[in-house]
Amino acid sequence: METLIKTDLTCYHCGEPSDKSLWMGDKPFCCYGCKTVYEILLENNLCEYYDLEENPGTQLRYVSEETYAFLDEKDIRKKMLTFDSETFARVQFYVPAIHCVSCIWLMENLQKLNSGILRSEVNFARKTVTIDFKPQESTLSSVAKLMAALGYAPRINLDHNTAPKHSPFDQALLLKLSIAGFCFGNVMLFSFPEYLGLDKSDGQLMQVFSWLNILLSVPVFMYSDKDYLTSAWKSFKQRQINIDVPIAIGLVALFARSIWDIVTGYGPGYMDSFTGLVFFLLIGRWFQNKTYQSLAFDRDFKSYFPLAVLRRIKKNWEPVVVYNLEKDDQIRIRNMEIVPADCLLLDEEALFDYSFVTGESRPVQVRKGELVYAGGKLIGQPVTLIVEKKTSQSHLTSLWNNDVFQKPEESKYKRLIDQAARRFTWVILGLSLVTAAYWYVIDASQVWLIITSVLIVACPCALALTAPFTYGNMLRIFGRKRLYLKNADVIERMAAVNAVVFDKTGTITHGKEPKVNYTGELSETELRWIGELTSYSTHPLSKLIHKHIGGISIATVDNFKEIPGKGIEGKIEGDLVKIGSASFTGFYGQVEDSSSRVFVAINHEVRGYFSIQTTVRNYMKEMLGRLGTQCVAMLSGDNKADEVQMNTLFYPSARLLFNQSPHDKLHYISNLQHHGEKVMMLGDGLNDSGALKQADVGLAVTDDTGVFTPACDGILHGESISQLDTFLSLAKSATTIVKAGFVLSFMYNAIALSFAVSGHLTPLVAAILMPLSSISVVVFTTLAVNVTANRRFKGINHRT
Amino acid sequence: MKIIILLILISLAIAISFLVIFYWSMKSGQYDDTYTPSIRMLFEDKKKGDNQANQTKN
Repeated sequence: METLIKTDLTCYHCGEPSDKSLWMGDKPFCCYGCKTVYEILLENNLCEYYDLEENPGTQLRYVSEETYAFLDEKDIRKKMLTFDSETFARVQFYVPAIHCVSCIWLMENLQKLNSGILRSEVNFARKTVTIDFKPQESTLSSVAKLMAALGYAPRINLDHNTAPKHSPFDQALLLKLSIAGFCFGNVMLFSFPEYLGLDKSDGQLMQVFSWLNILLSVPVFMYSDKDYLTSAWKSFKQRQINIDVPIAIGLVALFARSIWDIVTGYGPGYMDSFTGLVFFLLIGRWFQNKTYQSLAFDRDFKSYFPLAVLRRIKKNWEPVVVYNLEKDDQIRIRNMEIVPADCLLLDEEALFDYSFVTGESRPVQVRKGELVYAGGKLIGQPVTLIVEKKTSQSHLTSLWNNDVFQKPEESKYKRLIDQAARRFTWVILGLSLVTAAYWYVIDASQVWLIITSVLIVACPCALALTAPFTYGNMLRIFGRKRLYLKNADVIERMAAVNAVVFDKTGTITHGKEPKVNYTGELSETELRWIGELTSYSTHPLSKLIHKHIGGISIATVDNFKEIPGKGIEGKIEGDLVKIGSASFTGFYGQVEDSSSRVFVAINHEVRGYFSIQTTVRNYMKEMLGRLGTQCVAMLSGDNKADEVQMNTLFYPSARLLFNQSPHDKLHYISNLQHHGEKVMMLGDGLNDSGALKQADVGLAVTDDTGVFTPACDGILHGESISQLDTFLSLAKSATTIVKAGFVLSFMYNAIALSFAVSGHLTPLVAAILMPLSSISVVVFTTLAVNVTANRRFKGINHRT
Repeated sequence: MKIIILLILISLAIAISFLVIFYWSMKSGQYDDTYTPSIRMLFEDKKKGDNQANQTKN
């Protein structure tokens, strides 16, 4: 009974399930945030909010403590306000939370909550609220705070303070379209006498009509079809030929021929066809834009990669996802970690490697209080930073896509399309010449119209759109399943992969529920030193040891060094502490144990070792079984302790190599590539970043950390590694879909061309058909990808 | 015959003036948001007056 009530109850404010503890009168709430908003509205007689739409609110998940006080600073105020005087000010806020009728109603009734507000107006499409207020009664910050308190926190971005604007392109297109439509209609009117065959009865009037047609066609030629003409002209100047060239040639031919006809008095010309052609081309383009907008996958919002960073929460450091960072948060960055936002340095000094941003790998020294830019990689001892400016994920994504880290290999399909477009265009031009010659003999009056149809219908836009839409959609689906790829080209390379290589620690195994034991002698303080030293490193084993020891030491570490694949060292209170592999610490004895060992040496004297038994991730064996012989090797930097366990896990044909240095791993991969294999490497991105870069596809496997090497092509969440085989097969399906799309669009072109060449297609119909074919191909690829992905992942759910 | 030409010119002038009006309305933002006004006209303004009246009475 009780559970029944629980599941039935939803929050009166936001509609989320609520437990029965929070009531206000007869209305249940899920959290205090929602209840507070209800109270504010109740007090001010604004409960109509709840009548317009059921549960219209948004949950105040993070009750924001951010004050908007900075908005009252003079410079910022000036930037935000669109109008400012002593008695009147206007501001436009971007409020992403606006989603329904109730939202509009509440946002337009803000003046009832704050007497300083004069009027507020919502633009639903852009999700903006324009607010007029009296500056002597209300401050900008109090307005923003009021909105935040209601669950409609304005998103403030000082670079361009309002909403992402509707592209001005849209308006220009509309104008071009309206002018073309206007001219088309009027040209048709003046062409009526000709349609009715009155051309001989009154030559003078016909002449006037023809000249008026020229007059009306000029704006269409000069303005409405400008996009096609300039694009073609640009590519022509670069001695290249793009897909707009045939269209542009068709338009110019039709226009020039019509003028010639009229001026010489040869005939009435084809101005009706010309203006109609442009009109329908533009309608097609407008409709195409609309379709793409509804299918668009916004990389900025949907393919976040899970970059996390340690944030101070009271006295502890807890990982937090980067896009939840706020200004003035204190964060801690460890060796090799990326700074996720523009920050100020709180420690004395530190070295940062900005190769991620600039490509220049010489580290830069930063002193206390100086600004560290997002994208810098810390080298050396961990530092504490204070966030100065929130960073958008898109900024980091764009850094990731920096040319410096692009694999030189160009996308196969991009190259194919470029080549095809070029050759295709020449073929089209040749074909239209042949057609012109043929029709000149058969029926000279038809030549111009037929050539134009051929040139228009041959446009291979559908061909050009197939690959970006298929891969773009696949990228989005992968992101949802927590595989975050750098860009669409990676999918293409993934499809070609026939050899998969794994790292061990952190990839096959993970750090949950480890068994850590220490053998040897260490005093309490020395143990704390080790705890401190390991907190500086992001290596999975360091983190496990740190977690095992726990506690916070007040000791500071000097001269911290991390040697990838070997260990870490540092000076604590004058003593040199080294932690790492046997050879690194100088241990030459023999220990029989079936676990990873991390040796400890203080002042060059080996004191003992940690033995760490890591657990294998769930469903690894099943996944490796499904991969079968595709999985060719496992490369581990550790010793052979785990060999028996790994042997049972891997397919017999896979080679298991231990004690591999980062260089060995890289070498092994390039060796595979020399034998013609396409290699995918999965690793933690720390001591195998070279291998990740060398591999055709390098995926960094991560659970919660911010270690992230720009050299990798993708980030795979640790728990999704069991679906690796599905990802691989989906990438292969994506290329199949692209090929199918190519065939489809090629068929369209072939059929339409055959009609055009044989004179069965008027330019107007061609102009309508062309965008239709593009849209149908795009819809086909998008649907095909969605259906395939759904089916595959459903299979996974049944299996596990 | 001249009258036809005059008529054509007049009709063209009227048509162009409509085009100009359309251009002006587009530039002034009439097509920016075609959704909110349709909702806004359904909100009742009376309620505000009622509430205030009630409050003063109370």
